[in-house]
Amino acid sequence: MKVLKFGIPLAVFLALMGFFLVGLYRDPREVPSPLIDKPAPAFRVAQLHQPDHQFDPQEMHGKVWLLNVWASWCVSCRVEHPLLVDMSRKQLVPIVGLDYKDTREEGLRWLDRHGNPYQVSAFDADGKVGIDYGVYGVPETFVIDKQGVIRYKQIGPITQEALDKTILPLVRKLNG
Amino acid sequence: MRILLAAFALAFAASAFGQADEVAHPDPRVEARLKNIGEELRCLVCQNQTIADSNASLALDLRNEIRGMIAQGRTDDEIRAYMVARYGDFVLYRPPFEATTVLLWLGPFALLGVGFVVLAVVLRRRKRIPEAPGAKSDKQRAAIAALLESDRAPPEGPRG
Repeated sequence: MKVLKFGIPLAVFLALMGFFLVGLYRDPREVPSPLIDKPAPAFRVAQLHQPDHQFDPQEMHGKVWLLNVWASWCVSCRVEHPLLVDMSRKQLVPIVGLDYKDTREEGLRWLDRHGNPYQVSAFDADGKVGIDYGVYGVPETFVIDKQGVIRYKQIGPITQEALDKTILPLVRKLNG
Repeated sequence: MRILLAAFALAFAASAFGQADEVAHPDPRVEARLKNIGEELRCLVCQNQTIADSNASLALDLRNEIRGMIAQGRTDDEIRAYMVARYGDFVLYRPPFEATTVLLWLGPFALLGVGFVVLAVVLRRRKRIPEAPGAKSDKQRAAIAALLESDRAPPEGPRG
């Protein structure tokens, strides 16, 4: 009886502490995307550099690639940008940019200033593509496999840690 | 001075143009339905506001999307499904009953049940507690009752 009297409250307390401990390290802004393991939504928009050319994700079929959603007004995009530039220099994985709710002029100026890591940049002026991809906090990055299925979504800036521990191993595995 | 004032006003006007103005749908029924649906959808940018309330530009875009869908004659369920397909169950203020939300829906009732069990155990145990030492025997009780009774009896004869 004594075991129960002290054991039950102790077990309840430890379980609560467990929940709190996990909650401490989770970012409430990171909402699991329902798009993981689903085909990347189709779209067709003008390119940023060549307005008369369009981009369609179908063009990337057969490749493992990253779709990076960014904007010139996005402050934390500047944080992750050097990592993207470095990745493109090393040719680790093709990166496609999606300039989200931006003006063409400012988007182009931003790429001139910070470097252009993108194989091609799609231009999502009204944010409609962003809505289809469930974008709510720029920057966001999607890892898309050879069949055009979204395998991972990074919400917020890519960090060196996320790159080394999650994104690049996943890319290698998908290319494997 | 006037020119300065005009320049000042213009500077503010420019910042007001920063965000696209929201154009309400001419049909008030569309707006009413939008408000109804929007109040049950969470804005992901400012997580404690609904899409109906939020001023975030994403909420504005989504309101416009929903306006379009209502005008196309889509049902509320279809619109909710559209939102869930993009942002997950998290957008719903009333999440569906699923394996991952069992704890959320049933947790409070489970806690209530635990409370009742604890209450029942405590009450039962209290009943079983033997009378405290120093309790009076039946004989003593009868004596006490008799004493109290005699005290309460009307006085015999006039006083003094």
